[in-house]
This record gives sequence, structure tokens and C-alpha cells, in this order.
Amino acid sequence: MTRLSSPEKLECARKDIVSRIDPTKPCISVCAGAGCLASGAAEVIAAFKTELEFHGLTTEVNTKGTGCPGFCERGPIVMIYPEGICYLKVKPEDVPEIVSHTIKEKKVVDRLLYEDPATGTRALRESDIPFYKNQQRNILSENLRLDSKSMDDYLAIGGYSALSKVLFQMTPEDVMGEIKKSNLRGRGGGGFPAWRKWEESRNAPDPIKYVIVNADEGDPGAFMDRALIEGNPHSILEGLIIGAYAVGAHEGFIYVRQEYPLAVENINLAIRQASERGFVGKDILGSGFDFTVKVHMGAGAFVCGESSALMTALEGRAGEPRPKYIHTAVKGVWDHPSVLNNVETWANVTQIITKGADWFTSYGTAGSTGTKIFSLVGKITNTGLVEVPMGVTLRDIITKVGGGIPGGKKFKAVQTGGPSGGCIPEAMLDLPVDFDELTKAGSMMGSGGMIVMDEDTCMVDIARYFIDFLKDESCGKCTPCREGIRQMLAVLTRITVGKGKEGDIELLEELAESTGAALCALGKSAPNPVLSTIRYFRDEYEAHIREKKCPALSCKEMIAFHIDPEKCKACGSCFRQCPAEAIQGGKKLIHIIDQEKCTKCGTCLDVCPSRFGAVRKISGEPVPAPVPEDKRAIA
Amino acid sequence: MSEINLQIDGKEVVATEGMTILDAAKSVGISIPTLCHHEKLEPYGGCRICTVEVEVRGWPKLVAGCIYPVEKGLVVRTRNEKIDKIRKVLLEEMLAHAPDSEELKALAQEYGADRDRFEKHPSFCIHCGLCVRYCAEIKKKNAVGFVDRGSNREISFIPEIAAKECWDCKECFPLCPTSALQAAYVLAGALMTPPEEAHSGGCGCSCSCGSAPEEQAG
Repeated sequence: MTRLSSPEKLECARKDIVSRIDPTKPCISVCAGAGCLASGAAEVIAAFKTELEFHGLTTEVNTKGTGCPGFCERGPIVMIYPEGICYLKVKPEDVPEIVSHTIKEKKVVDRLLYEDPATGTRALRESDIPFYKNQQRNILSENLRLDSKSMDDYLAIGGYSALSKVLFQMTPEDVMGEIKKSNLRGRGGGGFPAWRKWEESRNAPDPIKYVIVNADEGDPGAFMDRALIEGNPHSILEGLIIGAYAVGAHEGFIYVRQEYPLAVENINLAIRQASERGFVGKDILGSGFDFTVKVHMGAGAFVCGESSALMTALEGRAGEPRPKYIHTAVKGVWDHPSVLNNVETWANVTQIITKGADWFTSYGTAGSTGTKIFSLVGKITNTGLVEVPMGVTLRDIITKVGGGIPGGKKFKAVQTGGPSGGCIPEAMLDLPVDFDELTKAGSMMGSGGMIVMDEDTCMVDIARYFIDFLKDESCGKCTPCREGIRQMLAVLTRITVGKGKEGDIELLEELAESTGAALCALGKSAPNPVLSTIRYFRDEYEAHIREKKCPALSCKEMIAFHIDPEKCKACGSCFRQCPAEAIQGGKKLIHIIDQEKCTKCGTCLDVCPSRFGAVRKISGEPVPAPVPEDKRAIA
Repeated sequence: MSEINLQIDGKEVVATEGMTILDAAKSVGISIPTLCHHEKLEPYGGCRICTVEVEVRGWPKLVAGCIYPVEKGLVVRTRNEKIDKIRKVLLEEMLAHAPDSEELKALAQEYGADRDRFEKHPSFCIHCGLCVRYCAEIKKKNAVGFVDRGSNREISFIPEIAAKECWDCKECFPLCPTSALQAAYVLAGALMTPPEEAHSGGCGCSCSCGSAPEEQAG
């Protein structure tokens, strides 16, 4: 592949690529993101290839694996162009029907379309599906348009035109000005204005500067950065090169956790392609600007997402944070000025340059501009990646995009911001989602994790879960984090096993306060799950401590199962399936549970026929005494 | 070096560039407690007992006094209710590991910390890292290091290095504020094969019974 040595040559190459694309030629796009691959996308792609060959259609129809469009719940997702038909949950067995019906006869396979659970109506195109209709997918929709391994695909949709524009029509100050005007805030956690970091680095006297992509995403349940870097690696790379030009850096790093092998593969490939074409290396596009970039694989430690810890890890040392009293933008990797932004931030940079700061600020709120990608998981109908303008309410995200809570359960809370974020209760669902509002509510934006919880979730146990995660993920360097988390976990565990005592809530608050003296943001924000659940769900803490009751009937040590003798029909379902052999009963003999043997697995409750509904979960009250032997016979 | 004026506990202080809050406070006789700080070693900021409050653009912020560089016009408070409470809790957390450390007991008295507040984890180590850093920075041997992370983190001698380097050194011993070192050293000694020369001076067998390190330590 020849290097492109001028913007004109880039445009020529692009025209050539576009001219070879026939927009009327059928194309089958299959999501090849990690989620869909896990549910069999690779087999579906292979089946399409075989089937097309069988019908002699290989040259008439294109097939490609694309990046993740977000609706992971219903993967593998197949799109048929030019019609834009969207098939969900496609299996290899469905492929012959799709090829014979849709490709050859232009007919739709109804059963593979999205069906609205409320109305039963089917959606033909992606844009008709409520999950997508209510989003604003500025960044994510690009994923669908390209094969993440094809540079030509990226060039065809206008790739590297932002870089060409920056290098030949803008000074570094112009770029800085545009980013400043866009008010882009870092999508990785703190929401620090991107331009301020850039400016600090640019103004630092040290001539050696670095730009870094933080792709160390480690929040449980979050995969925004993964989807972007897997699906559209060139857009991240392009943003990074633009940033390098603006701050005057000639070297960059992409820090990816090695648990993301596909992301590592795709970004490495993208760098190789970009250097072959002359977007990376010496004299980029003939502009005289040089920039090289290396991929660093992290070992997947949560704390390494923290900027100073990430930089220490890049230097080849243990990834421990260091005090940032002098910003890393001034003194970062090997003490040189280093601009670190996360994947989504860099992806936004490319878009802001292409479409302008005014376009960017037309989305979002005054303080938080643009869109934000959330990873919507938990007790929610539509699980997946969601991109919405900042300022949309939590309620809209959960009900309109997420499709509400499944199984007729009641919403309880949504946890935002990852393990160090907070839980927001139903009363605050109309909160507009932006950096400042979430912080005011005792939570945070974080990288955009959003875990929805229903009535069956115990909020004390949730706090315990996140603190337990942080216990292992803290680096352990400073006392308030290492010891504070250990002690908070001990108190929370005590409460959830029914051994909580008066004063425990106050003790948690005291421990949380001292954690404020921690070295880095991991420690400082670690008490958020505890404090926010105390703030909004104090009654649950009190019920655990005072009444030894878990109101959500979730904490194993505080619940018991009981068979209502009035309702038991001696059907034997629970008797047969109890793995602990804790149920006694027989034909026409009311069943009883031996509480000593019961492991509280809940199988009896699950298998008791709903028309009987004899098994009950109880907490905070004594288990009724078993029916005496002589009264157990059913007439 | 340019002079920097700042305020610590209401006192006007003149400091020089490059000084930390801890240095500046010391120069006017204000003492800030430290456990992991050592003048010969790189600043670390691990124990956080030197936590003080500074005002940045009118906002109070907790920082580690042993690392925070002095700034012109900086307002610092080394004691107030909040700081004292934090130090008290930090001490109580550390006392769970080393309840008999003289240094911790003295500080506990000053801050009203209860040594029995938390369940004991008698590891004797408060992770100040003095031994680790001294061995790395001054001796350049790296014979002792941190292993694992989070609340599982602990110090450990690296047997291969310790067997060669530690017999005639032990300069880290007196640095330890809780006597963890000796415990860890003896433990490591029990695990390692003593070097050739130790055989003659030790118990006379090759059983690694641990008597050699103890004799050497004495």
C-alpha cells in the first residue's frame, strides 16, 4: 500500500474507494463485536459465506463483520443493505432462509424482526426499534458502517479527513480553540475539561510530550470503550494524532487491558494500516508532522485506569498512583507532560474537528456538551450500549431506551459511575444525566456504567458487593484506602449476615470520611456506594440492624423458606428437586422444610406451581413451627 | 531559589521553592506527624497521617503534607476537628495491625485513638514502605518488596536476594515503626537456604532451621 503524501492524494484514494462501492449492491453486515461473537456471530458470518457460495451469489452480495451497534441483548445482529432490514438473534440455521427469502426474493423474514413486547408490532429497520429510536448515536452508529478491520471502509466514510484538515488548514492553537469551544469533558470519569489538560501540556516548557489513550476500562458491566476500540479503532487513532498535533507531542501510547484481545488486535492492525498509508510515522500526509504510537497491554488492574497509576505502569513499574499535586499533564510519563484521555473522549475529538464545535454543543446541556455512551445492564429489558445526549433523564434512559424492568418487577435504584459511583433511587429518576447533576446526587458519571436494580436487590448487599470489588482492586499503597475499605467491608458483611449493631451506620460514615484522605480517586470515591445507599436507603440498613430483616428478601443469612400448610397440595415438586434433601413430605402429606438442612437456594420457591404458590420467603420474623405429624395428611 | 510566602495555622511562613508543607511547617516549629516519611528517601505519601487541609481557590482540600509543594499564598491548616478525626481513624486502622508499636501508641494517645476499635489483624506491618524504599533507593538491592495488592498487600523478602545481601546489612531494621521487619525477616530466613558461609556459623546442619538468621540478627 502506498503512503499518501498529500491531502489531495488522500482525497484521490478516497474517491477511488468510494467509486468501487456500489450502493445498490446487497450487503449483509453482521455485528462482530465481542458480545455478538460470544453468542455465535462468527458462525453466522461463516454460514452466510457458505450459503452465498451455494447460491452462486458470492460476487453479487457482500458480507462483512462490523463493530458493535449496542443492542447486545438481541445479538447476533444482522443488517441487510441497501434496505436496512434489521434481524435480531440470528442463528446459523436462520441463514438459508435469509438468503433465499430476503436476498433472492426481497421478502422479509418476520420472525427475526424486533417485536414490540407491548404492542406486538414488528420493526423492519433499526431506526424503527424503540431502543435505537430514542438514542442519539453520533459515535456508535459509525460502528455499523464499517468492517473494523478495513481501513478502506473507514476512508470511505470520510476517515482521516479531520486529520488532513487539522494538519493543513489549522494551527495547533486553532485545534485547541475548537476543542475549548466544544467544552468537551473527559468521558473517563472525572469529567475534567479536555482542553485544559491539553493546554497545560502544550504550555509546559518540556519539549518531549506524550499523548495517551486510556483503554483500561475495568468497571463491572461496562464495555463502552471496548466496543469503540474494537469497532472503530481508526477513529480513536485519528483523534489521538489530532491531539498530538495540538499539544506538540510526537509519541503516543494506547493502554489497553489485555483482557480485551479483540481490541488489542484491531488497534494494532489499525496502527499498521495507518502507518502504511502515511497517517502515522514521519511527515504525515506530507505536512512535516511526525508521530508514532505504541500499544501497551495492561494486566487488567482496575486501579491502572487511574491516570497516574496508568502512567507508572507504562513506565514498566507496578501500577500504583502517585500524588498529582503537579498534574500529569505537566509531569506524567517519565516526568514528561502527558495528555491522557479515555477512548470515548478521543473518538469525540475526531467528530468535533470534522463537524465543528457548534455541532457538538448543539447536543447536551450547558455544562456537559455532546452525547455520552452508557452501558445499560442489570434488571433491564434492553441490555446494551446506549448513546444519548447529555441531559436526558435517567427515567428516559431506563424506560424509553431500556424498555423498563422485566418480569413486572418494581424499579429500585440505578447505580451509575462504576464501583465508585452511587445508587440513585426512584424519586430522583427525573434527574438530567450530566456530570454535575450526578455528582450532586452523590453519584458520578464515571465512564458510563449504569446498573439497573429491581425490588429484589438488597441495597446493603450492593454496597458490600462494590466495596468487596474495590478491596481487591485497590493498590494498597495508602492507609485510608487499603484499611478503610477493609473495615467498611467488615461492617457491611456483618450487617448483611444479621450481625449488625447500633452505631454501624455511623461507623461506616466515619470510615468513609477518613477515606477522603486517600491518595487517588479510587480511594477517595470508594465510599460512594456506601454513602449513597445510606443516604437513600437508610431504612434498609436499619431494618437489617434492628429487625434482623432484609426487606428485599435477598441476604441469605437473614431469610428463610416456608411452606404454607394451607396451600401445599403435596405435589412433590419441591420435595423432588430440593438439592439439600431438606424437604419432608409424601403423597397426600403436607410438605415441610427442615430449616437446619435448608441451604436457602430458593429451588422450592421456583418450582412450586404458581397455581399453588405455597412456598414463601420470609425475613425478620420467626419461621412458623412445622405442622404436627398428625395434622399433615390431606384428606 | 525564590521565596514563597504562605500561611500555616495562621502563622505567616517564608519558604523556598521545592519545599513541602511538612518542611515549611517544621521550619517554624509546627509539627505534623509522619510515619512513612524519611528525609533520605523519595516522598511517598502512603500512611496519610500527615494529612492537612489546604485551601485551593477558596475550597478546602485534604492533602499529604509530606508531598504537597509549597505555593505562594497557600493557606494550610495542620489541625482541626476534621483532620484530627481522620488521623484518629487512620491510627485505629493501623493499630489493628500493630497494637504494640510505641510510635502508634504515642500518637494514639495524642489523637484519642482506641487501639481495640477494630478487629486485630496482627501482621505488625502498616505498609509504610520504609524498608522497601530504603533497600531500593539507598542500598539499591531490592531485597524486600511489596507483594499482592489491596488489603492483601504485604512485605516480603526476596529469598534469592536476601540470602546474599541481608546478612551484613539490616539497615532497614531500625527504620521500622512497628517491628514488622524482624518478624518478616525471621520468617523469610526460615524459608531460604542460608548461603554457604552461614552453614559453618549456623546450627551446623543444612536443615534451614532458622537458627542462622536469628544468630545473625542478634
